[in-house]
Amino acid sequence: MQYQLLTPEILTAVLGLFTLAAGLLPPQRGKQAVGILAVIGLAVILGNVILNFSSQTVFFDGVYQIDTYCSFFKILFLCAALLIFFMASRYTDFFGKRKSEWFSFMIFATLGMMIMVSSGDLLTLYVGLELMTISFYILSGYLLNDGLSAEAGLKYLIMGALSSAVLLFGMSLVYAASGSTVFTEIYRALSVTPNQPILIAGIVMLIAGLGFKISAVPFHMWTPDIYQGSPTPVTAYLSVASKAAGFAALVRVFLVALPATQFNWNLTLAVLAALTIVIGNLVALPQKNVKRLLAYSSIAQAGYILVGLVAANIYGLKGLLFYVMLYVFSNVGAFAVTTIIEVETGSTDLEAFNGLGRRAPMLAAVMTICLLSLAGIPPLAGFAGKFYLFSGAIQAGYLWLAFIGLLMSMISVYYYLNVAKAMYIGESEDEANVSVPVMGRLALWLCLLGTIFIGIYPGPLSHMTELAIGLFF
Amino acid sequence: MGDFPILSTTLLLPILGAILIMIVPREQEKLIRYIAAVSTLVSLALSLLVFYNYDRALAGMQFVESIPWVKDLGVNYAVGVDGISIPLLLLTNLIGFSAVYASWSVEERVKEFFSLLLLLITGVMGTFVATDLFIFFLFYEVVVIPIYLLVIMFGSSKRVTKEYAGMKLTIYLLIGSAFLLVGLIALFIKGQSILGFPSMDITTLAGVDFPVAFQIFAYTLMAFGFGTLLSMFPFHAWSPDGYAGAPTAVSMIHAGVLKKIGGYGLIRIGLFILPAGAQYIAPIIALLALGNVVYAGMICLSQKDLKYIVGYSSVSHMGYVLLGIASLNLISINGAVMMMFAHGVMAALFFAMIGNLYQKSHTRNVVDFGGLAHQMPRLATGFMLAGLASLGLPGTVNFIGEFTIFVGAFKNYQVLTIIAISGIVITAVYILRTLGNVLFGPRRPEWDHLQDLKGPEMVPLIVLGGAILLGGILPFTVMDLINSGVDQLLQQIGPMGIGGIF
Repeated sequence: MQYQLLTPEILTAVLGLFTLAAGLLPPQRGKQAVGILAVIGLAVILGNVILNFSSQTVFFDGVYQIDTYCSFFKILFLCAALLIFFMASRYTDFFGKRKSEWFSFMIFATLGMMIMVSSGDLLTLYVGLELMTISFYILSGYLLNDGLSAEAGLKYLIMGALSSAVLLFGMSLVYAASGSTVFTEIYRALSVTPNQPILIAGIVMLIAGLGFKISAVPFHMWTPDIYQGSPTPVTAYLSVASKAAGFAALVRVFLVALPATQFNWNLTLAVLAALTIVIGNLVALPQKNVKRLLAYSSIAQAGYILVGLVAANIYGLKGLLFYVMLYVFSNVGAFAVTTIIEVETGSTDLEAFNGLGRRAPMLAAVMTICLLSLAGIPPLAGFAGKFYLFSGAIQAGYLWLAFIGLLMSMISVYYYLNVAKAMYIGESEDEANVSVPVMGRLALWLCLLGTIFIGIYPGPLSHMTELAIGLFF
Repeated sequence: MGDFPILSTTLLLPILGAILIMIVPREQEKLIRYIAAVSTLVSLALSLLVFYNYDRALAGMQFVESIPWVKDLGVNYAVGVDGISIPLLLLTNLIGFSAVYASWSVEERVKEFFSLLLLLITGVMGTFVATDLFIFFLFYEVVVIPIYLLVIMFGSSKRVTKEYAGMKLTIYLLIGSAFLLVGLIALFIKGQSILGFPSMDITTLAGVDFPVAFQIFAYTLMAFGFGTLLSMFPFHAWSPDGYAGAPTAVSMIHAGVLKKIGGYGLIRIGLFILPAGAQYIAPIIALLALGNVVYAGMICLSQKDLKYIVGYSSVSHMGYVLLGIASLNLISINGAVMMMFAHGVMAALFFAMIGNLYQKSHTRNVVDFGGLAHQMPRLATGFMLAGLASLGLPGTVNFIGEFTIFVGAFKNYQVLTIIAISGIVITAVYILRTLGNVLFGPRRPEWDHLQDLKGPEMVPLIVLGGAILLGGILPFTVMDLINSGVDQLLQQIGPMGIGGIF
C-alpha cells in the first residue's frame, strides 16, 4: 500500500489542527498570519493532489480508495476553499476574535469532503459526511450576534441530524440486504440475490439522505433559510463544495455499489431532477434577496446536475463532473460579489446592488457573467456543462427531461437578469466607488476567467472529466 | 490571399475593439467612438474582400478554417462561407458599420454602449460564418444578452417600458432557442448513433440519412426556434415592442440582420440537414407566412408610432421570406435569401432615420409631423428610399427579392402566393400614407429648429441607401452569388417534392 498517497488527507488534518492552535497565539499579528498559513497550506495540498492526479490505489480491502475520480473532486474542493479564502479576506473581520477558528473549521469541512469522495465503504462515507456536516453546523451559525445566522445554525443542525439519521438507516438496510458495507462487496452480493423489498427501502433512504446534501426537491426546504442566514463565504462553500461532495458520493454509491438490475432508480431520480429544476427555478423568480435567490438557483442547479446521474452514460457523467467544477467558478464569483456588497452596504437585498454598474463596473460585469453562466448562456461555462448533461439525457432516452431542463434554464434567465437590471439601471443614493481588496480582486478575476475560459474552450476540463470517470466504464 | 484567416480576423476585430474599449478610460469618449468605427470599418472592408474574392465558378464553402475544439463532442472551430452566407455577412457588416455612426450622438455610458454593440455585431457575424453546429449555437445566443442590456440602458419607454420590452424580447428568443437546442442535441445524438462517431459539422450531418420521423420531429423544433427569431406568426409579438423599446443601433441590427439568422438557420440547418422534415412541415410554414404577410400588414395599417409601423412591417415582410423557404425550389430560396439581404438594408435605413428624427424631436407619432421635407431634405431622402424599397419598387433591391420569391412560390402554392402578393398592396397603403403624412404637406413651423442630417449622420444614409440602389440596379452582383450557393445546397439534397402533412 502506498501510504504516501494519503498525504493530502494527512496534511489537511494537520493544517486544520495547526490553524486551530495558531489561534491561541496572543498577538494580533499572529492572528493575521493564520489566514496566510491556511492559504499556503491548501495551495501546497492542491499541488500535491494535482501531481498525483492519475495514481490509483485501494486501502484496507476497498474501504478507502485513491483514484482519478476522487482526485478530481479533491482538486475541486481545494480550489473552492482557496477561492473562498481569497474572497473572504475582508469579511472575516466580522468574526472578530474567532477568526482563526473559522479557517480551521473550513479546513475540517474540506477534510470531511475529501474523505467522502475517497471512501469505498458506507461507514467511511458516513464519517466523512459527518465531519463535513458538523463543521458546517458551526460555520453557518458563526455570526453570533446575528439572529438570522444563529437561526441558520440551529436549523441546519436539526435538519442535518435528521437527514443523517435517515441516511444511516438506509445504509443499515443496504447492509442487511447485502451483508457488507464495502461498495464492491455490496455489488457482488446483490448481483446474485433476487430482488428484496428491504433493499428498495434502503435505496430510497439513501436518496433521501444524500438528496438533503445536494438540496434536491423534496429535501430542499432547509436551503433558502440556511443560505440566507449563514455568513456569505460559508454559504458559498456550502453551495459549491458540500453539494459537489454529495454528488460525488451519490454517483459512487449508485454506480459502484448498486447493480442496475435490482431497482430502476434512474426513473425515480429523473422525476426528482425534473421537480428540482421546476420548483427551484419557479420559486426563485419572485425573490428579492440575492442570497435567497442564489439559494433557489442552487436548488435548480442541483436538478440540472442530477440529470447527469439519471443518464448515467459517458456524456451524462462527464457533464456532472464538468458542471460541478464550473459551478465552483460561477457560483463563487456570484457570491464573491455579494460578499463585497455585504461588507460595503451591510445588506444582500436586491436594492443593495442598485447602480453597481456605475459604481464598480468590474463587480457588475463579474456578477452578470457568472449569473449568465449559471443560466447556461453561451459562450460561458454553464452552457458547455448543460450541453453535456442534456446530451447524456437525450442519449439515455430522457428527451422530456432535456425539454424541461432547457426550457426552465431559459426561464431562469429572468431572475438572473433582474439582478443585472438592478445593477445597470437601478438608482442608488450612494454613488461612491466600491473598494475591492486585492485578494477579493484576485478571486473575482479567477472566477471570471475560469467561467469564460471553460465556456469558450471546454477541451481541457472535458479531458480531465474523461479521465475521472474512467473507473465507471 | 494564401492562408490568411480572413474570416476569423473579420470576426475577431469587433471583439478586439470591444476589449480595447473596456480598457480605455471612461472619459475618452471620442477615442471610444473611433475604436468602434475603425474596427467595424475594417471588418466591413474584409467582408467586401471576401465578397469579391469568392470564386463563384467554384462555388461551395470557401475561406475555410478548421481547428479541433472539443474532441469528444466532435466540435471543430470551423468557419467558411458560401453564396448564401456571404450576402448576410456583408449585410451584417454594412449595418454594423452604419449602426456605429447612427449612435454617434450617444452621450451617456459610451463605453458600455459601444463595447456591447461590438459584441453584438460579432455574435451575429459568427452565426453566418460558422460551419459547425456547436459554434453556430455559441454565437447564436451570444447576441441575446448584449441586446437586453442595451435595451434597458439606452432604450426608450413609450407605449411599453423599455424594461418590459427588453425582457419580453429576451425571454421570447431564449425560449425559442431552448426548442432549438433540444433539436440540435437530438440531432447530434442521433447523428452520432448513425455515424458511429460524434460530429457537429453541418456538412457531415447533412450527409447522414436520418429517419423521416426523426427529421419531422427535429425540423419542427427548429421551426419553433428559428421561427421565433424570424418573428413567424404567431410568435412575432416580441418584435414590434422590442424594436420600439430598443435604441436605434439595436433596432437596426435586430431588424436588419439578427432576424435573418432565423431564415438562414432554416435553410442552412433545417433544409440542408433535414430535407424530409422540411418537405413535411413546409405547407404549415407557408400558411403561417400568410399570417405574417396579411395579419401583421393589417395591424400596421392602424399603427401611429413610426417604430411600430416599421416593426410590424418587418414582421409582415418576413412572411415573404418564409414563403420563399417553404416553397423549396431554387428560385424561391434564391428569392428568400435576396429578400433577407434587401429587407436588412431597408429596415436598418428606416430605423436609422427614425432614430435620428426621434432624437431630435422626441416624438415618433406620425400625426405630430408634417412637411418635414422642407426642413430636412436629406432625412426625407432616406425615408423615401427606405419606404419605396419597403413596398418593392422596381429599381430597389427589394423588388428583386419579392419578385423572385413570388415566381418561385407560384409553382407550389398558387392560391397562397396570390394572397401573399396582396401584401404588397397593404404595404403600399401604410408606407405611402405614413411617408406622405410625415414628409410632405405644408411646412410646420414648430419643426423649424430641426437640423438636417450632417457629418456622421450621413453615413447610414449613404452606405445603406447605396446598397439598396446598387442591389436594385445591378442585382446580378448579389443574385449570382446566392444562386451558386443555393444551387449547390439543393443539388446535395437531391430532388424534393412538397407536402406530406396535408
